[in-house]
Amino acid sequence: MTTLISIRRLSRLAYGGLWSLPLPLWLAGFFLGPMILLIWLSFWDVRNFLLTPDFQIENWQKMLSADYFWAAYLRTTLIALSAAALASLIALPCALAISFFLGLKARMVVLGLFVVPFFTSYLVRIYSWQIYLTENGIIMKTLAAIGIDSGSLLNTPFALMIGLVTLTLPLVIVIQSISMLSLDKTLIDAAYNLGCGPRRVLFATVLPAVRPGIVLGALFAFIFSFGDFVTATYLGGGKFTTLSILIADTVKSGQQWPRAAVVALVMIATLLISALGAISYAYRRA
Amino acid sequence: MRVSPLTRRLTVIFLGLALTFLYAPILTNFVFSLNSDRFPTIPLGDFTLEWYRLILADALVIDAFANTVKIALIVAPIATAMGFAAAYADYRFNFFGKKLVLVFALMPPLIPLVVIGLAMLAYLSRIGLSGTLPAIVVSHIVLTSPFAMAIIRLRFSQIDGDLEFAAQNLGASNWRAFREVIIPSTKTSVLAAFLLCMAVSFDEYAVTWFVGGLEETSSVRILSFLQSAVSPRINAIGSITFITSITLILGAQVLVLRRLTRA
Repeated sequence: MTTLISIRRLSRLAYGGLWSLPLPLWLAGFFLGPMILLIWLSFWDVRNFLLTPDFQIENWQKMLSADYFWAAYLRTTLIALSAAALASLIALPCALAISFFLGLKARMVVLGLFVVPFFTSYLVRIYSWQIYLTENGIIMKTLAAIGIDSGSLLNTPFALMIGLVTLTLPLVIVIQSISMLSLDKTLIDAAYNLGCGPRRVLFATVLPAVRPGIVLGALFAFIFSFGDFVTATYLGGGKFTTLSILIADTVKSGQQWPRAAVVALVMIATLLISALGAISYAYRRA
Repeated sequence: MRVSPLTRRLTVIFLGLALTFLYAPILTNFVFSLNSDRFPTIPLGDFTLEWYRLILADALVIDAFANTVKIALIVAPIATAMGFAAAYADYRFNFFGKKLVLVFALMPPLIPLVVIGLAMLAYLSRIGLSGTLPAIVVSHIVLTSPFAMAIIRLRFSQIDGDLEFAAQNLGASNWRAFREVIIPSTKTSVLAAFLLCMAVSFDEYAVTWFVGGLEETSSVRILSFLQSAVSPRINAIGSITFITSITLILGAQVLVLRRLTRA
């Protein structure tokens, strides 16, 4: 009898392990492994153009005392914060419309339409924006036709915001909408019954209640803008060196991987701290 | 919400503008891919299929497309299977550190692509894989499986957890209960996850560019074109890419939504 039970237990364990283990093992091998190597890599040495495993802090000293690194860090953070704020502001009326003014069917279709761009060649869409924004582009010509002469919009902060909103807006709208749709509707009715006007309902009832959604949406927009190099490269024209561009250039043009690793680790640390901060703020009791 | 009809209308118009903003680049891309002018501008030139003919005659583009399809067809089944296993394990079992494992499994899409690219490149060169198709496959599985897990887990959360145990109480083995209860109720979401994984793999350019070396996928080919010059050929490749990924994503959505509305 005991052997029978232990065999049954064993087979249950095997059954559980079979399902529980594959993904964690794969990620341990090909995600955690590379991330740990990245940390080690930041202490390596480059001798005669060859990467040499080592344990020295020179890369950290060099990068953290370089003015261009901190300039890029500040620039990247500012750009990402602006993009997150802008995307959140644009998303808010959209999410309100989706959650409160559309019927069930229209709501599903529109949400679907916002999910599609998130997974659809961001590279090509940025190239299209490049065409819109160049000197002979459609926007310039239209503006010129009505008598406004503006120089090229390409390589300006405006172009950067266009690109980053293109990247992040769909995600922010979907996150905000989900949070508004799960809002308890009786809360709104109660506010109306107590005599609140529409504006008061929005600012005193709806927005505070969906704060987690708004904060998480902004967080995701910040994360994706912070790590992006496509917009900065192709709409910023190399005028806005971000941390991602710094990494891409360093890796693609030479052997200074350890210094790129330092930049990468500073990025991850920044994102982790922002994520923890944003999440604890989102779910803090009001 | 009770608001004036005007506010309501204005908000919905704003929503329409946001959609226009997101879809305008996709539409112009199609228009310029069929336009004879070398520099994309208005007024438009003549209708032409020249740019499509050019890319279809370009061996680099054809190779890149072949690689893309090959990679997606290997990545999608593996990533879907692993995502399914993880979602099922989360639904069915409790074990120490489960929360931590889940957070960890959802992390890859949130790390900046260049950072993953650099880490993968360093790691895969250590084990002698960098610059090969397997290197791209390995990285894509890391990047796509979280999506598969998320979609399938969503479906599991709608299944009555007692069904499987009921089947077992009636004498079904683990596997029999799995076959009779779990497979029928999750197969659409598995297909949806499969399509989504293909779409993500299809679109990935950054990590692929880092670890692929000379091996190119169509997204990396677009990146190289972008680095060299403005050319309507980008629009032609772009259109093919758009059609493929929009089809995959819409397919996945229809599968997921059909389930949701029926349930």
